[in-house]
Amino acid sequence: MPMAVTLAHYLVVGALLFALGLVTVATRRNAVGVLMGVELILNGANVNFVAFQRYAGGGVGGYVFALFVIVLAAAEAAVGLAIVLALFQTSKSIDVRQADLLRE
Amino acid sequence: MEHPVAVTQASLLWLIPALPLAGFAVNALLGVRLQKAFGKWIVHTVAIASVAASFAVALVFLSEMLGLDAGHRHLQETLWNLFTAGRLSVDLAFALDPLSMTLVLVITGIGSLIHLFSVGYMAEDPAYWRFFCYLNLFVFAMLLLVMGDNFAVMFFGWEGVGLASYLLIAFWYSDPEKAKAGMKAFVVNRIGDFGFLLGMLLLFWALGGAWAPRPGIRAVEYQPASELRPLDPAIGAADADALAPRVAGVKVGPTLSFRELRDELTVEETGVKERLLHTTLFGMPVLALSAILLFVGAMGKSAQLPLYVWLPDAMAGPTPVSALIHAATMVTAGVYMVARLSFLFALSPSAMGWVALVGALSAAFAASIGFFQYDIKKVLAYSTISQLGFMFVGVGVGSYWAGTYHLVTHAFFKATLFLAAGSVILGCHHEQDMRRMGGLAKHMPLTRYTYLVACIAIAGFPVANGFYSKDEILFRAFTSDHLALFGVPTPWLGPAIYALGIVTAVGTSFYMFRSYFMTFTGSYRGGAHPHEHNEDPHAATAAPHGPLSASVHASDGAAHAAEGEHGGPGASPHESPWTVTSVLVVLAAGSVLTLLLGLPALWTGSAPAFERWLEPVVAQVTFRQAGEGTEWLFQLLGVAAAAGGLAAAWALYRGGQSEVPARLKARFAAAWTVVYNKYYVDELYALAVVRPVVRLSALLFWVDAHLIDGLVNLVGALGRWASLLSDLIDRFFVDWAVNAVAWLFRAAGRSLRRVQTGHIQTYLYGALGGALVVVLLNFLIR
Repeated sequence: MPMAVTLAHYLVVGALLFALGLVTVATRRNAVGVLMGVELILNGANVNFVAFQRYAGGGVGGYVFALFVIVLAAAEAAVGLAIVLALFQTSKSIDVRQADLLRE
Repeated sequence: MEHPVAVTQASLLWLIPALPLAGFAVNALLGVRLQKAFGKWIVHTVAIASVAASFAVALVFLSEMLGLDAGHRHLQETLWNLFTAGRLSVDLAFALDPLSMTLVLVITGIGSLIHLFSVGYMAEDPAYWRFFCYLNLFVFAMLLLVMGDNFAVMFFGWEGVGLASYLLIAFWYSDPEKAKAGMKAFVVNRIGDFGFLLGMLLLFWALGGAWAPRPGIRAVEYQPASELRPLDPAIGAADADALAPRVAGVKVGPTLSFRELRDELTVEETGVKERLLHTTLFGMPVLALSAILLFVGAMGKSAQLPLYVWLPDAMAGPTPVSALIHAATMVTAGVYMVARLSFLFALSPSAMGWVALVGALSAAFAASIGFFQYDIKKVLAYSTISQLGFMFVGVGVGSYWAGTYHLVTHAFFKATLFLAAGSVILGCHHEQDMRRMGGLAKHMPLTRYTYLVACIAIAGFPVANGFYSKDEILFRAFTSDHLALFGVPTPWLGPAIYALGIVTAVGTSFYMFRSYFMTFTGSYRGGAHPHEHNEDPHAATAAPHGPLSASVHASDGAAHAAEGEHGGPGASPHESPWTVTSVLVVLAAGSVLTLLLGLPALWTGSAPAFERWLEPVVAQVTFRQAGEGTEWLFQLLGVAAAAGGLAAAWALYRGGQSEVPARLKARFAAAWTVVYNKYYVDELYALAVVRPVVRLSALLFWVDAHLIDGLVNLVGALGRWASLLSDLIDRFFVDWAVNAVAWLFRAAGRSLRRVQTGHIQTYLYGALGGALVVVLLNFLIR
């Protein structure tokens, strides 16, 4: 018999996405890669919002929140890419290890 | 005088002293510039105009006073309140009564003339403005002294004239001898002033002080002390007045005002007189004590024994100063003070006897020194002391009008003598030694005749004023049997003083005519050797000046002698300019004309004008009755004394030819040397007073240099050591702690800055680690 998809499955997927995103952010040297990691983290959270709304029920708050997060992720990606562009212009590199201007 | 003084309020009295003050201020502040910009004329114009204007104002008040009847001649003006304490209220107030009016006229009148004289005398002095400025200051202070309505104002003036006198004696201050003479005058006067102050305060104490009521001074009860509110700051002059009880219209209580004091003492109902007569201090009657202490002040100011030593040295000042301050006005301040306080002195026979005795002794003593002096100004100085002695005899025996009259006559003839001497000094090119003069009669006729008139006046011939005052004084001395000494009645004292006085009169006549004959007769000896004179074989040995006695012989004007238009010392003498001679003529005329004020009752049938003029002001003392014959006899004796002195001087000194003086001197060389050296009084003072004081100050200096300075240095060293220690602590302890804190923070900062790598992923690890810890803790703590 086919196994029923429960809330736990969704949460595991969300957690996996989050963990993978976190690892990507923490380990990628490429700034664009870091931004992609951030997208993964946000989407891990989005899976949770939608899953909880589906199983806990009551209203559409979780869906709306997921939509907001998607919009926010787009804006964040725009800003992030602009920063990466500026970073590249100043240091001819998008390696985050090289960009240590915040140290001082 | 059994009723209170009737006061007539007057306004603008203050103008009289204020005008010379204004003159002083102008010359003091602007004099040096005015003199440079416009010349000397503007300086003396300001000075003379201010004194002359003051004289004119005084004349206006004289006419106002003459319009009042005798009982109301007390003009008064209160400017403002000086201070108030309890019942005592002291005002800056001026009063003019016949006595002070007389003095004001003498000061401003003769003062103006002497200012005029100074124009010629000081013409060559570069510090011309300074001279006139001091002179005006003196006139101001003297007017304050005379016009002051109370002890406080009088004391301001009393100290002010002392200051002016000091400044003028030491006018040529670059000469140390003259500066020393000024200091001597000042110090000796201070001793007298201390007596004056003590007498004043003692009298004030005896009257009850400001607050504490003394039992006895009362006809009505004093208000209890608790009602006086002495600490009330709002208390004013009117309150003080209200607190003092009034008896018979007289304010009773402590006072410094002459008028109030006189009212209290003369109006019997107040009981103040009885109280004072019976108050004793350490067994001594307080009245006599305070009167004698006040007289000590007079002894200093008026150069009486034993405080006379400053006056001969004061001749170091310019001659007009000697004439104005040290003959006509300031030195008579003591006489004025005794006459002003006559109501006080008249109550105490002991004080009267003391005053008269000191006066008589000073008169005789100073006259004897005058015999052998060669410096013309020194002769006049000793003569001044002697004449002041006569004045004190007058006010001492209680003939206050005669003493004051002698003050006036003396002011005229002694000013004449001094100014004539000044003219002679000018004419002889600043020579003061009479041995270098002689024969000036034909060179300086005006000076000669005025000097002669003044000599006649001082000697006591009835054709000039001196006779009238001196004769009255001596006659009153003879007829006084009310004197006492230290509480013991001494009816013989009056006649004894008379005997001393008449002998002194012979001496006065002798030394004055001696100076006249030496100066004006014979042949001129200036430029020749001074030792050729018939009287001087031992001069060189006879002048050992003590180390501390100023020797100011023949030094007047040394600062500007023998220069300018005057020739050398060999040039012939010449008559002085008109500013000098005209003043001499006016003063000599005054010396004659003032005799009209004192024509004796014996001749005219009525009391002398001056006696009637002063009658409402001074205390009346009763003298022993003497017949008309006696009075005639005494007048004859007076003339005989003058004639005797004249005859002796004529025989010994006329023409400078007689050999007798030299022989007499050789015969009595020892006595001559003692008298010539002024009885070695200066040396005695040096030995008895000055040297111990110098020793004491040397001792004190040693104490200061060794003990005090040692202590101070020790304290200084201790302070240094303490600061060294403090420095060490500061450097090695405090600084170390401060630096340690700084190091600590630097080290912390250094290690912490490693955290800030700038790598975004490092920060992320930190955040993750933190989150992990929170999660783990969440498990652990639960």
